[in-house]
Amino acid sequence: MADQATFAEQAMPFMDSLYSAALRMTRNPSDAEDLVQETYLKAYRGFGGFQEGTNLKAWLYRILTNSYINVYRKKQRQPDESDLAEVEDLFLYRRIGGAETATRSRSAEDELLELLTEHEVKEALESLPENFRMPVLLADVEGFSYKEIAAILDIPIGTVMSRLHRGRKAMQKSLFEFAKERRLVPEGVESGEG
Amino acid sequence: MAPDDELGSDTDCDKPDCSEALHQLYEYIDGELDEARRADIHDHLDKCGPCLDAFDFEEELRRVVAKRCHDTVPDALRSRIAAQLQLPPDA
Repeated sequence: MADQATFAEQAMPFMDSLYSAALRMTRNPSDAEDLVQETYLKAYRGFGGFQEGTNLKAWLYRILTNSYINVYRKKQRQPDESDLAEVEDLFLYRRIGGAETATRSRSAEDELLELLTEHEVKEALESLPENFRMPVLLADVEGFSYKEIAAILDIPIGTVMSRLHRGRKAMQKSLFEFAKERRLVPEGVESGEG
Repeated sequence: MAPDDELGSDTDCDKPDCSEALHQLYEYIDGELDEARRADIHDHLDKCGPCLDAFDFEEELRRVVAKRCHDTVPDALRSRIAAQLQLPPDA
């Protein structure tokens, strides 16, 4: 059957990225595996309704997100939105780059970012409340446009932008704390609000 | 691009042009601005060293985040899905 072959050819290459997203959502490899498997089954069954020529990756992510919300989210306590502190603009830059550390060069800043480990970056992303984690994941990791993210998450574009903005800044704060713990930032640079 | 202007001095970004550009920093690095607005910010960055530095930093951070968050599907899961969809395992 042509549909089956088409689905395989087009959808299977997205499996690694869907699995990565599922891990960030569930924070649990076994749930992530179930979620990806369920997503592929649903997508396969619904492939007849998929509009050829539209964005298959975004469609798969929408199924992944909805499946996650319907099934897996119930198992976990969600951090409240109000748990997310307001963080100033350019939080990380102002502490490890910029005026206060004028002796640092561009390449030194880039090197410091390169020192952030996979574990630290994943942890900073996964610790965001879900409403903020999803837009950051979809934009920064998967490179979706605001319009695509709005369609995947079923929220207005303005909401995508504000959550992305706040989520990114909160993530910068976590990354800064990790960098400080490992003494990657000069002594005396504080995380307090400027 | 802007021969009439010197490269910005190394002070913090506090001029109106700077705060306007920084206000749309994420839309700029996400490629979400229209041509005209994008060009305005591009011009500003040509003239303003501190802003350029901040924009570069945010872009680099975005790149690092993307690079650190990729996992690979376990082979067993890939085979399981292929089997369920009745596909050849190497599909």
